Amino acid sequence: MTLNTKIDADLPTTPQRADWLGILSRSHAGDLDALTAGIVAAVSFEWLRQPHVGLVMVRGRAGGTGQVFNLGEMTVARASIRLADGTLGHGYVQGRDKRQAQLAAIVDALLQQPDRHEEIIAKVIEPLRQTEQARRIEKSRKAASTKVEFFTMVRGENPA
Amino acid sequence: MAYVAVKGGEQAILNTHKLISETRRGNPDLAELSLAQISEQFGLAVDRVMTEGSVYDRELAALALKQAQGDAIEAIFLLRAYRTTLPRIAVSEPIDTSKMAIRRRISATFKDIPGGQVLGPTYDYTHRLVDFALAAEGLERPQAELAHEPLDETLPRVIDLLNDEGLIEEEIDESDGEVFDLTREPMLLPAGRDQRLQNLARGDEGFVLGLAYSTARGYGGVHPFVGELRLGEVEVEIVPEELGFPIAIAEITVTECQMINQFRGSVDRPPQFTRGYGLTFAHNERKAMAVALVDRALRAREFGENVRYPAQDAEFVLSHTDNVEGNGFVTHFKLPHYVDFQAELQLVRQLRTEHEEHRRKATGSEQAKEAAE
Repeated sequence: MTLNTKIDADLPTTPQRADWLGILSRSHAGDLDALTAGIVAAVSFEWLRQPHVGLVMVRGRAGGTGQVFNLGEMTVARASIRLADGTLGHGYVQGRDKRQAQLAAIVDALLQQPDRHEEIIAKVIEPLRQTEQARRIEKSRKAASTKVEFFTMVRGENPA
Repeated sequence: MAYVAVKGGEQAILNTHKLISETRRGNPDLAELSLAQISEQFGLAVDRVMTEGSVYDRELAALALKQAQGDAIEAIFLLRAYRTTLPRIAVSEPIDTSKMAIRRRISATFKDIPGGQVLGPTYDYTHRLVDFALAAEGLERPQAELAHEPLDETLPRVIDLLNDEGLIEEEIDESDGEVFDLTREPMLLPAGRDQRLQNLARGDEGFVLGLAYSTARGYGGVHPFVGELRLGEVEVEIVPEELGFPIAIAEITVTECQMINQFRGSVDRPPQFTRGYGLTFAHNERKAMAVALVDRALRAREFGENVRYPAQDAEFVLSHTDNVEGNGFVTHFKLPHYVDFQAELQLVRQLRTEHEEHRRKATGSEQAKEAAE
């Protein structure tokens, strides 16, 4: 590890990588496909782990903060690749779409390359983030339209 | 002796497969249902199948429902069978429901909660009148309103906010880090809360609902209040071995119910509200509430309460929640039990002969006695 300090300085930090891996995993397959169409086709790589589907056991906590328990499993597709220069890319996506996992792995690898990083962030990650954000805000605004004030039938508590 | 294997009937079985396929399809003049239609328009049925099938995958649950002609328990069975074909990739970090992207959040205990009460998508305030407008196709349906502002990004759990005085029991993780997993090990008694909550989350909605109802009707002595019920999306994080740091791999919908219950206190504990917890995949409000009630009932021993009623009896509850097991056992009686029944038949005939003989002898000796007199 210490031998690589010079290279490490150029590498994105762990929180940055966790952020884009999260964005990729929650992306909709169609969106990711469309955004990466002109990017991944030219990339040559070898499989470190062929795309496959498996289960992740989702855990919760009693009362939200207490004892950990197993809630149930969910399907996840994953893949790992290695670029010609040795960069490793890992893709994890919700569901059973192996191609989406493969795309995520390639994008993850490209994002670690200093000369491609900015471009891929701008062309893939940011648009995905915006789509996700827009979707979330729309849902939240719909929920907010059902916000309610309950009044108990006590004198002085009736709405003005 | 119970079930004994039978042979034969291959052609009949092949033909029944064809017949059920045709029956499932129904009238071929009508369009076939797509998985997307099931997932989008029968969303709550899909939610139940994912929760009790214990695999979060909407498309798969929709397929199972289609294959099972809408029979929830059969679909749950299909999902459980499918999961055995997949490897376990990882175990997630515990989900953080305080960071949920809220779509519904209500409290029956406090009306003024920070962040507000959000009704969300619910049938609670509908009239339960059959809506004939829905029978007409191609009509424009009412659309959701959009508030100017979204909700706060995170809404604190009501129960956490109100715990300053210590009036409500705190939930702290005091376990040794080992988490019981029913998919890996058989039920074990006495069951820890981890095992109980997993069992109830997978359990049959109807059965858990019935048990919950029994506690509220006096067979368990709980006096529940819904501290908070929330529905929304949470992130699922894992720490992949190859990375060594947590990454989000999904966003899933969950329903969470925090139930507050009375507790008189004991020698060791001051009077305090106690808690019952229900967590399910997707939108399963009735189920989450029922789980929270049964969770509390099953904590009876922990609070020094008498275990007197079915819902408080962990062995009874945990052994009977699983509808795949229950369905398997109850419905296996319809399979050929010919040998078994022949044996029983023989036994009954023999007993009857003996009974007859015994009676004849008894009457015979009585007549002899009378004659002698």
